[in-house]
Amino acid sequence: MLEIKNLHVKLEEEDKAILKGVDLVVKAGEVHAIMGPNGSGKSTLSYVLAGREGYEVTEGEASLDGAALLEMEPEERAAAGLFLAFQYPVEIPGVGNMTFLRTAVNAQRKARGEEELSAGDFLKLVREKAKQLKIDAEMLKRPVNVGFSGGEKKRNEILQMAMLEPKMCILDETDSGLDVDAMKLVADGVNALRDAGRAFLVITHYQRLLDHIKPDVVHIMAEGRIIRSGGPELALEVENNGYADLLAAEGMGAK
Amino acid sequence: MALPKAKEDALAARLAVLDLPRGGFTKAARVAAMARLQAMGMPGRRDEYWRYTNPALLSDPHPQPATALRVERPIFTGLDKLRVIFTDGVFDAEASDDLTLAGIEISLLSQADAQDIHWAGAVYGTLEEAGQTPVARPLAALNTAAAREGLLIRVTGKAPKPLHISYRASSDTSDVMLHHCVKVEPGAELVLLETGSAGARANVVMEVDVGQSGRLHHIRPQGRAHGRQMATHLFARIASEALFKSFTLTMNGVMTRNEAVIELNGAESVAHIAGAAVGDGDFHHDDTVFVTHAAPGCESRQVFKKVLKNGATGVFQGKILVKQAAQQTDGYQISQSLLLDGDSQFLAKPELEIYADDVKCSHGSTSGAIDETALFYLQSRGVPKRAAQSLLVLAFLAEAIGEIEDERIAEDIRARLEDWLHRHES
Ligand SMILES: Nc1ncnc2c1ncn2[C@@H]1O[C@H](COP(=O)(O)OP(=O)(O)OP(=O)(O)O)[C@@H](O)[C@H]1O
Ligand SMILES: [Mg+2]
Repeated sequence: MLEIKNLHVKLEEEDKAILKGVDLVVKAGEVHAIMGPNGSGKSTLSYVLAGREGYEVTEGEASLDGAALLEMEPEERAAAGLFLAFQYPVEIPGVGNMTFLRTAVNAQRKARGEEELSAGDFLKLVREKAKQLKIDAEMLKRPVNVGFSGGEKKRNEILQMAMLEPKMCILDETDSGLDVDAMKLVADGVNALRDAGRAFLVITHYQRLLDHIKPDVVHIMAEGRIIRSGGPELALEVENNGYADLLAAEGMGAK
Repeated sequence: MALPKAKEDALAARLAVLDLPRGGFTKAARVAAMARLQAMGMPGRRDEYWRYTNPALLSDPHPQPATALRVERPIFTGLDKLRVIFTDGVFDAEASDDLTLAGIEISLLSQADAQDIHWAGAVYGTLEEAGQTPVARPLAALNTAAAREGLLIRVTGKAPKPLHISYRASSDTSDVMLHHCVKVEPGAELVLLETGSAGARANVVMEVDVGQSGRLHHIRPQGRAHGRQMATHLFARIASEALFKSFTLTMNGVMTRNEAVIELNGAESVAHIAGAAVGDGDFHHDDTVFVTHAAPGCESRQVFKKVLKNGATGVFQGKILVKQAAQQTDGYQISQSLLLDGDSQFLAKPELEIYADDVKCSHGSTSGAIDETALFYLQSRGVPKRAAQSLLVLAFLAEAIGEIEDERIAEDIRARLEDWLHRHES
């Protein structure tokens, strides 16, 4: 589904390399987790895949179901089935959450040549999904993420994902800032979407989320590269021992 | 005090092309206004009040020709309303509705001024004159002296539907002057719609007197003809517990100066003045507002938002004056611009002058670009860039549009803006 080859990325404005040769293949039906120290480039990877400005790809490529991802506008990537749950969801004063969701859902349907959802069908769908995530109707009426608590913002990301039903979902630290119950809700939301045609890339610092969302593969990212990949036990190792040993094995870390 | 020679010449040149009416019930007001004008002269580039806006297009003897939009799309079509139509400043009896509506008396200045006595005698020129201090507003004095047409509206009850003053322009050179008087009697209510471009150039004065517990909602989408030049003055005097809300939408226009002079002189009265302006290219839009709190416990809001691109200029001069008697004043003022490119500019001069001690007043002015992070967030959810931009522009304008109470009217205004944004996508 998602294929990243030797991806090198630097900042557009300055000569700072952030990703230094990332290779990653996520197949349909799989859940991959990425862990790694702060500043190792995890969010940058997710932004570059989603098409955020400010980064320059100097080498390498990325594709979604064979289509060259890096050539597309962000909205085209979304219509092609890519979704990023932001580490820091954005507040948009003046735009109602409902308007935002409906505009997004219908824009994607239109891009795919599908009919727009009627107001009634849309409302029914949002209410149902919101209920599952315990997002109350009041929150839907407010402007996008404005005045939402950290945890509410994260749940709102998952609501968007549930509404858009993307095939490649990237979750950037969706678990951070969530209380235990909310984490369970988010995990349930993700698990409800798991199926053979869909894949997940879950960026997290904590083993806990991975207890709920069982990953097939765990990757460790450091200094802009994936330095190790393994099974779920790799996450446990990080939880218990930190990154020191893993970094040392690469000649990194002790600076 | 004698006028400087240049001002004297400019005024003489302006008056030379006017045929001044003698006036019936307005006669004394016209004579007094002319005397004020002779003392002030026409506005000039050096006047402090015209620092950001060149008055030439508004005060020259002749307007600059402007191609009239022959078919300005009708607005508020879904509303039941009483329509009064002025084409190039002339009342169009054919196209207008019958001027009768329960709860209001409507007459035409051109007809009423044949009489020596009229209720509007207490209003015509009176609010304009009061609004000349502390700042001179010569274009308004000129209007009082020279306007031949306008509506005299007396609201005595709750008007069952809005009154709609609709301007049309058919000539590319028309120079229009209209003077309206609106008197809202105690407890009475009216929604007043004012739409369109009145001519190639228009000088429109509206004097508004809202009696105790009266309510007046004024919604004014100004026409979108590119070349039009427009100077408007809204003078309002609000009695105790009365409410006045005015919203203006301005699209395009090489020159627009909208002045609002509001005096809250009855306790616990409310005045909200709001404006949304969008300009692309050779567009100059100036909102000049002066709100005086003269009585205790009053609330005023000024909410002005401008979206500018391709070299458009936006100006905001807004003042809140709180007199000593006006304790427990609640004053709010915000002026903001969204600059869609580096060529456009926003000039703001917010002012507070407070002589009472128990007062809550806040003001702010900002200028910014589209929030790129929000834009990316929307795009990442599949919303195409242009649609995302429009959504953010409308969100920026939302606070101003929010001052419109009737949701159907607000929806029409939003639709107008969406249409404009769509047309001016680049
Ligand atoms: N726009 C930017 N300007 C300057 N530096 C940036 C920018 N984007 C990323 N960086 C830098 O690139 C590095 C990687 O950042 P990134 O946000 O991808 O890390 P991360 O792995 O997601 O970290 P965390 O676990 O703290 O979220 C950091 O050193 C960061 O400061
Ligand atoms: Mg990060």
